[in-house]
Amino acid sequence: MIEAVRLRKHYGRTKAVDDLSFTVRPGRVTGFLGPNGAGKSTTMRMILGLDTPTGGDVKIDGKHYTEFKEPLRKVGALLDAKWVHPNRSARAHLKWLAVSNKIPASRVAEVLEIVGLSEVAHKNAGGFSLGMSQRLGIAGALLGDPEVLLFDEPVNGLDPEGIVWIRQFMHRLAGEGRTVFVSSHLLSEMAQTAQDLIVIGKGQLISQTTTEQFISDATKDHVRVRSPHAVKLREILAADATITEDAVDGALVVHGIPAEQIGEIAAEHQIVLHELSPQRGSLEEAFMQLTKESVEYHAH
Amino acid sequence: MTLLAVERIKLFSTRSPYWCSALALVLGVGLTAIIAASTDDGQLSIGVTQFGSSQLALSVVLVMAALAVTTEYRFSTIRATFLAVPNRTSALVAKTVVVAFIAGVLGEIIAFGSWGVAKLLSPASDLAINTGGEWRHVAGIGLLYGIGAVLAIAVGILVRQTAGAVAILLVWNMLLEGLIGIIPKVGTKIQAWLPFQNANNFLALPAGSDPGEGMAAGIDFKLSQWGSLAYFAGIAVALLVVALIVAKRRDA
Ligand SMILES: Nc1ncnc2c1ncn2[C@@H]1O[C@H](COP(=O)(O)OP(=O)(O)O)[C@@H](O)[C@H]1O
Ligand SMILES: [Mg+2]
Repeated sequence: MIEAVRLRKHYGRTKAVDDLSFTVRPGRVTGFLGPNGAGKSTTMRMILGLDTPTGGDVKIDGKHYTEFKEPLRKVGALLDAKWVHPNRSARAHLKWLAVSNKIPASRVAEVLEIVGLSEVAHKNAGGFSLGMSQRLGIAGALLGDPEVLLFDEPVNGLDPEGIVWIRQFMHRLAGEGRTVFVSSHLLSEMAQTAQDLIVIGKGQLISQTTTEQFISDATKDHVRVRSPHAVKLREILAADATITEDAVDGALVVHGIPAEQIGEIAAEHQIVLHELSPQRGSLEEAFMQLTKESVEYHAH
Repeated sequence: MTLLAVERIKLFSTRSPYWCSALALVLGVGLTAIIAASTDDGQLSIGVTQFGSSQLALSVVLVMAALAVTTEYRFSTIRATFLAVPNRTSALVAKTVVVAFIAGVLGEIIAFGSWGVAKLLSPASDLAINTGGEWRHVAGIGLLYGIGAVLAIAVGILVRQTAGAVAILLVWNMLLEGLIGIIPKVGTKIQAWLPFQNANNFLALPAGSDPGEGMAAGIDFKLSQWGSLAYFAGIAVALLVVALIVAKRRDA
């Protein structure tokens, strides 16, 4: 279990993480979702004792990461697949990690087998593709057979097969009762991977729920309405609905009143409609909407 | 012991320490060989055999030691290290011990290698190591390298970038300390308290006993020769302590 309490990290004037509290439970894959620059990586570095929080606290099973004597046996992490010396072989990389935490040398061959890198274990990591580097990073995380696993954007730059492989892998780890905490800036990805979601924007918590709950909240039905008398219609509907405007074509987006009823209301007031279409909200749209105020910058 | 093993594996699983060691060996022993070959047989003295090892090769060893830590920062393996060993001080001290030990052994190899080459190329010269001063002059090279490595690692931890750390070490060792001697009146007085000048003073052969000895000339050292070594070591350790405190406080 990972517990963050009022965690803060400021870099000069940038509030990378701002009063963030959350809990990550064992036995489940917990997604850490937020747009680029939301503070996910910073939070993970603080969990692992690499960065010191400006304020607040984060503990793993009641202890700071730095308090574990052989931390790799408790927590496995893949923050960046490139944290490997390019002129060191994959096997040598895992070997020094194993020795440092008194993990038996036989485990190196085991994890290489698990991630499918046995064949290239003698090769220098600098020549690895991104996918292979990610696998090596995962091998490193698994080395100590840890109860808690952290992955920062593990599917970035992977091909579809690699993505499916990692996803199934994380489910298996959680199925074995481990705590799996995985970050991503893509809701569609998280929707397929995570059972729980911690959503952040601009360093602040937006929501912590199950993925199912989050999606059903985020994708509530709405109705698109276009009308030459949009202003008048909006005034009438506003009493019973939440109304926004489509940024592209200016259509009204009505939440809370079904399409049939909107049609009847319009007829009653003799308002001409050019479009009346019930919509099922898309996940990404909802996510964008939710984090819009907190988007640091948009990925292109 | 575990951490020493870790650092040993890390160091020897990349190529740069091998290259640096080979380069130091070639430069140190090579220079002696050139000097010996161009000096009339019988004219060589012990003081001349360590020109290469105490100057040129020392610089290479400083670079090797600095690289041992700056490459960790460059490739962020320092983060992997701190994840595996959250006690940063232990991890960095272990690295320092391993690198300093290797530098020391390398120093002895280069020093006695140089001496051996001189003896081979100039068999008529009196190169017998008899006095304590002569032993110190040759065998002391290893101590010098070991302490130099500690200092270089400290600089590496503080600066974190290879180019910066190497520039600082080379300019300091090869240029700055020598140039300070040019300052009228106070120059040589300051030099008496500079670390690498004291390192040279430690090596120096007793005046008059060896006309070939030209190192550390004109400086009135206030410390005994072993005192100079202790002073050099003290500065290296003090710098390392500062570096360790900084590394502990700073975000990895
Ligand atoms: N070492 C640092 N120094 C200064 N600013 C940083 C540093 N690390 C992250 N930031 C800033 O903190 C914010 C959060 O970054 P990050 O945690 O990397 O977000 P995410 O992983 O969610 O994309 C960004 O604005 C980023 O520019
Ligand atoms: Mg990130």
